[in-house]
Amino acid sequence: MSTNTPVSTATAPRNMQEFMEGIWERNPVFVMVLGMCPTMAVTVSAINSISMGLATTFVLAASCWLVSLLRHVIPKEVRIATYIVIIATFVTVVDYAIQAISLEMYEALGAYIQLIVANCLVLGRAEAHAAKFPPVAATLNATGMGLGFTLGLTMIGGVREILGNGTLLGISLFGADFQPWVVMVLPPGGFFVMGGWLLLFAIYRERKDRGNAARTAEASHGA
Amino acid sequence: MVHESLGQILVTTILSGNFVLAMFLGMCPFLGVTHSVAVAFPLGLATTFVIAIASISAYLLNLVLGPLHLEFLRLICYIVVIAAAVQLVEMFVKKTSPSLFRALGIYLPLITTNCAVLGVALFQTAREYDFLQSMTFAIGGGAGFTLALTLLASVRERVNLSDVPSVLKGTAMTLMLAGVLSLAFMGFAGIGG
Repeated sequence: MSTNTPVSTATAPRNMQEFMEGIWERNPVFVMVLGMCPTMAVTVSAINSISMGLATTFVLAASCWLVSLLRHVIPKEVRIATYIVIIATFVTVVDYAIQAISLEMYEALGAYIQLIVANCLVLGRAEAHAAKFPPVAATLNATGMGLGFTLGLTMIGGVREILGNGTLLGISLFGADFQPWVVMVLPPGGFFVMGGWLLLFAIYRERKDRGNAARTAEASHGA
Repeated sequence: MVHESLGQILVTTILSGNFVLAMFLGMCPFLGVTHSVAVAFPLGLATTFVIAIASISAYLLNLVLGPLHLEFLRLICYIVVIAAAVQLVEMFVKKTSPSLFRALGIYLPLITTNCAVLGVALFQTAREYDFLQSMTFAIGGGAGFTLALTLLASVRERVNLSDVPSVLKGTAMTLMLAGVLSLAFMGFAGIGG
């Protein structure tokens, strides 16, 4: 992907790297553990997760862009309040847009669309990144984080939908005989699936570390 | 939804419809500050206070915005009022108990971005609660939040003393504990309707 981006300025590869970092290495859901409320509440199915993720991505990218544009204008003392108002504006836009696009989705996500305002991820990005970098870098970083958030949500939502409903994106996977694991689409399922993913990542990381340690030990032994 | 009695609302929000364990509101402090009861409990109380103020303000704002047909400004107004309320609580805590102020640290101003506070304002509007119902909803929600925080904090204090596999340490363990707590609270479903 990075080969397609025009490398007109020296910062372009760095921007691209930051964009990719948000998606995986510093994934907002699994690594930074930010924005947990929507992560747990709306991930009962994959399609809900994707919609919620994309809505958050839009709010994140748009508000980081605006915050970055205004970063020399906003007085330091009232910056948090200003960010919140900017974010709330874009959330209102998204709220009305989703209502216009799909009323069904709007009802499924409910108040959690408006609760994007209170998503720590958005305010965190505005404060920690957008307020310090030029608009292009800020928007790219925010979009990466947003897509990473969408990925995290979809990974949780997908597992919960498969186990709790026997379907993925509404398509039945196991036929009529499947006995759904109902707890997975109820609130406790959110905690268990998220915890399960974190556990898997921790096991993977430990294996990798142990492998690396063994290799270095072997190398030093050989020398 | 309008016919719910006050008692029903109170019991539901504390137990079966617990803000944290059933509606996933206020997850950040739930996972962040529950390492000790001494911090979790006061934070719960502070949040309850902000939730109550937010609920009253949201009710009054609706009275103003409704007749003026300015519903699209609702979200922005709510969040500004909440930010102001949090500022008030912060000054109050700093004045009355500096040690508590230090213990709560960054999580005190972060009450602004606590979904539970904004959630109360949004849910009471969506369910068309009247003034008394809103207040009950807010206080019940705050009490449920404090209860969940305190419970998880006490469980985590115990777990700290026991032998946990290294891969499970940290957030994964907390989430598993929260899941079990949430399962237990599901048992209350049906009480209070």
